[in-house]
Amino acid sequence: MTGSNDMALLDVRDLKKYFPVRGGFFQRVVAQVRAVDGVSFSLNKGRTYGLVGESGCGKSTLGRAILRLHEPTGGQVLLNGNDILALRRSELSEQRRRMQIIFQDPFASLSPRRTVAQIIREPLDVHRIGAPAERERRVIELLADVGMGTEVRDRYPHEFSGGQRQRIGIARALALNPDFIVADEPVSALDVSVQSQVLNLIAELKIKRGIAFLFISHDLAVIQHVSDEIGVMYLGRIVEQASAQDLYDDPQHPYTQALMSAIPVPDPTTKRSRIVLEGDVPSPMNPPPGCPFHTRCAQVMKKCRTAAPETVNVGRADNLHLVACHLYG
Amino acid sequence: MTEPLLKVSDLVIEFSTEAGVVRAADEISFDVHANETVGLVGESGCGKTVTGLSILGLIPSPPGRIVSGSIQFMGRELVGLPETEMRRIRGHNISMIFQEPMTALNPVFTIGNQMIDVLMRHRKLTRRQARDAAIEMLAKVGLPVPARRVDEYPHQLSGGMRQRVMIAMALSCDPQLLIADEPTTALDVTTQAQVLEQIAKLQDEFHMAVVLITHDLGVVAETCRRAIVMYCGRIVENAAIDNLFANPRHPYAQGLLESIPRIRSDRLDELPIIPGRVPDLLHLPAGCRFADRCPHADAICGEQIPLLVPGGIGEDFVACHHPRPARSAEPVT
Repeated sequence: MTGSNDMALLDVRDLKKYFPVRGGFFQRVVAQVRAVDGVSFSLNKGRTYGLVGESGCGKSTLGRAILRLHEPTGGQVLLNGNDILALRRSELSEQRRRMQIIFQDPFASLSPRRTVAQIIREPLDVHRIGAPAERERRVIELLADVGMGTEVRDRYPHEFSGGQRQRIGIARALALNPDFIVADEPVSALDVSVQSQVLNLIAELKIKRGIAFLFISHDLAVIQHVSDEIGVMYLGRIVEQASAQDLYDDPQHPYTQALMSAIPVPDPTTKRSRIVLEGDVPSPMNPPPGCPFHTRCAQVMKKCRTAAPETVNVGRADNLHLVACHLYG
Repeated sequence: MTEPLLKVSDLVIEFSTEAGVVRAADEISFDVHANETVGLVGESGCGKTVTGLSILGLIPSPPGRIVSGSIQFMGRELVGLPETEMRRIRGHNISMIFQEPMTALNPVFTIGNQMIDVLMRHRKLTRRQARDAAIEMLAKVGLPVPARRVDEYPHQLSGGMRQRVMIAMALSCDPQLLIADEPTTALDVTTQAQVLEQIAKLQDEFHMAVVLITHDLGVVAETCRRAIVMYCGRIVENAAIDNLFANPRHPYAQGLLESIPRIRSDRLDELPIIPGRVPDLLHLPAGCRFADRCPHADAICGEQIPLLVPGGIGEDFVACHHPRPARSAEPVT
């Protein structure tokens, strides 16, 4: 069980997303890719849940499944107590106002043929919020919120650098006053000196507006900087979840430990013993039996090869620190 | 100090674009000695890749051209060398590995075929000998079951394995210098750790020098002996790695180091930032290119481009009118 909180803004329970793999003469379903395989976590107002993992672990699919941009295969997503997955399309549109997404690539996620003002206005137009003059005023406010001036409103995305495009994407996501934003690798395409500007903007929005973020990234240093809680994902499952502090001070799962030790540290005076993992991540189409990590784990035991580990709480006092590993079972 | 293996002096590279001529690398000078790893660091568009390509004579021309300057490799001038002679140096003396191995490998030939061609040409081996040498090389870079992988096509391998194949190909002719352009940027961190470790191991074994082009200061800190920081086509600082990280002299290098998020227990509420953004290469300021983002800039910075001059400690260089003070806490040995 996770830290499901009665007051949680977002409560994700045992969420699954399988993609069918078709093949053969009749295009029958020959296999399933278990991109997200039973994920649970909850998120309160004004908090950031960081989701970290390597490519193909299912972190982006999880973000999209929560918003029903991918239709989940099973599980529940409760936003303010409403089950998003039970909603009909018409009802979903109403709830979508509360949930927004910021994408990784600011070059692909903004229409090249619309002006900045049109891009930011679009959600207001779609949901018919306010009179046209009011929408215009709102655009100016939103630009100011993301640190841009009014003079950019009639310009086109190609005139901007990556960091500024990402600000435009954030302004668009803010247009409907959402409670919850999925930020999918929002700074991965940006240069270091611009990355920190965008990270600070996201932190400010969280505090000033009480927006809850699901922050998805492959970069553990970025995740550690922005998150309150962190979930480490491997082959469709969350293998460890804890507060940012606990995860940093005391990582428990062998995969988390390897991931942390693999990050190059920008300080030549630290010399660490690195846990170098053998081999590659197995295919999610054909995941290994038992613990999904056992093929690369240095501490593998006999039962890891056959039985999937239960998630247990190893946190001290009230701290929730969840690990799915037989070492702690 | 012995003669450097590679000596780049006052190199200027320009590209003609529809909007005008862009100077992608401006007065670039640095040395690389045998068996050392030098990092070439900077953000996108700073000229680091162009500089790397120029060493191998791989600047696409047109639109690019080397306007002036010299690149000396083992005492031999490479600028202006005929293509036939350059080809002999490429692969044989200087090799390069790229960020995206899938685009650098030929998808319609097996790994073995691609390696065998290179080995036969450069090491004058028979096909059978070359195949054995290829398998041996693949084993050296840590590719599992090399005798089978040698007959596979690039798409059958994972990203990490492809990068290993690239390294095996680059090293198969025993080069003295390897130019590695973002070799691990497309890889996951756990795979990156494997590949970086492999490069370091092979470097010792083959006694080769490495120029590592990267935007990742963490990778630089862990692998390089010196680092050259570039901004807008110019070198702003060239320093021994410990000096650069402990005591960056150029305000840009300092800002860059401060603004990276780090895994630490005393988390900062706000990351230090470098205000503003990189100027457009078509509309560069007259003076220092970092001046409008720099907290220490004054009138002279707006007028004169600062030159790269010796900067206090050892062989360090900095290009700044107002460099940060050098702390002389640690004696230079």
